[in-house]
Amino acid sequence: MGGSTVPQTITLEVARYRPEQESEPSFDRFEVPFRDDWVVLDALNYIKDRQDGTLSYRWSCRMGVCGSCGMMVNGEPTLTCATFLSQYASSSAPVRVEPLSNFPVIRDLVIEMSDFMEKLKSVKAWILRDREKPVSEGEYLQTPEQLDGYKQYSMCINCMLCYAACPVYGLDPLFTGPAAIALAQRYNMDSRDEGSGERMDILSRDDGIWACTFVGECSEVCPKNVDPAGAIQRYKLSATLDWFGSILAPWSGR
Amino acid sequence: MSGAGAYREYHPKWYRRPVSTYWWLTRWPYLRFILREITSVFVAFFVILTLLQIQALRQGEAAWTALVEWLRQPLVVAANLVTLSFLLFHTITFFNLAPRAMVVRLGGRKLPDVLIAGSNYGAWLVASGLVVWLVLGD
Repeated sequence: MGGSTVPQTITLEVARYRPEQESEPSFDRFEVPFRDDWVVLDALNYIKDRQDGTLSYRWSCRMGVCGSCGMMVNGEPTLTCATFLSQYASSSAPVRVEPLSNFPVIRDLVIEMSDFMEKLKSVKAWILRDREKPVSEGEYLQTPEQLDGYKQYSMCINCMLCYAACPVYGLDPLFTGPAAIALAQRYNMDSRDEGSGERMDILSRDDGIWACTFVGECSEVCPKNVDPAGAIQRYKLSATLDWFGSILAPWSGR
Repeated sequence: MSGAGAYREYHPKWYRRPVSTYWWLTRWPYLRFILREITSVFVAFFVILTLLQIQALRQGEAAWTALVEWLRQPLVVAANLVTLSFLLFHTITFFNLAPRAMVVRLGGRKLPDVLIAGSNYGAWLVASGLVVWLVLGD
């Protein structure tokens, strides 16, 4: 095809961390075949199969649903199953693959995520009811409009790209963080839920919504268009209105 | 292997990457964010300037002319131009972000972002028009 030369191979610069050998991460270079239909994860699988079986990384579905394969590719948090090599073919510089920022590294490209899991639990991201309805009384009904009110926030796949993009989380690991707050908001806006007051008590603390300075990068990197930044700002607005409400009409309760 | 920090078999040894002091220079969106935060300094400067003007107005004609003389200095004019550009940056980014925090639903449907941002810009235009009318009108 018209003069442009398609490269035969592409070079990857992959972060390695082998705690039994080294105290700090280093980089290894691998040359892999360049194919138009290959994503970064395909290249990593090729390396592991043919060049270095000790390379460690997480992946599962390779179709942007499971949220396991998030890594930094050339400094940007991305799902490696959804990032094509062809995107980097025009540059002669190697493609740099690193573990997600802002998390401790266990080995190579594998990060420690239990902090995120704890946070997810702390915001009670499930349906809370004052009184659980017995099955005999039937199901909790919801209209399509009510579903529409929170559906966007329910698309989160817990890939943690938003945490890797968030400088607030990087500087203050106590910050509850984008995905957990967006998921709390997902349940607040669910018509079947009655736990927004309980969640507000947790999220109005210093490390909750008010730690967010609206950098907005969490929403930029989100592969599912959840818009955690928007969710947090809406949370701040409703927290403020709640507060004014409790001052102006203390008898109304929450 | 011995000493603190040595690797022990089957015991993970995490590596924590330090965050650079200059993290905000590593990506353009971070730098844009820091610039947006810095606009608050210029907003404060503008507020103080306005208060000084009101004070001079109250103190009489001599104080007012002295202040106007000071404001006419090239250095002050330049500082005010920089302030204006940061204030515009502040206002425009604030209005553009407003629909993200304010989601208004009417009749079960979400109002489009353009309408939320547009009403902010509209109010801005009306307020600016009022100021122009006050300053230039007879």
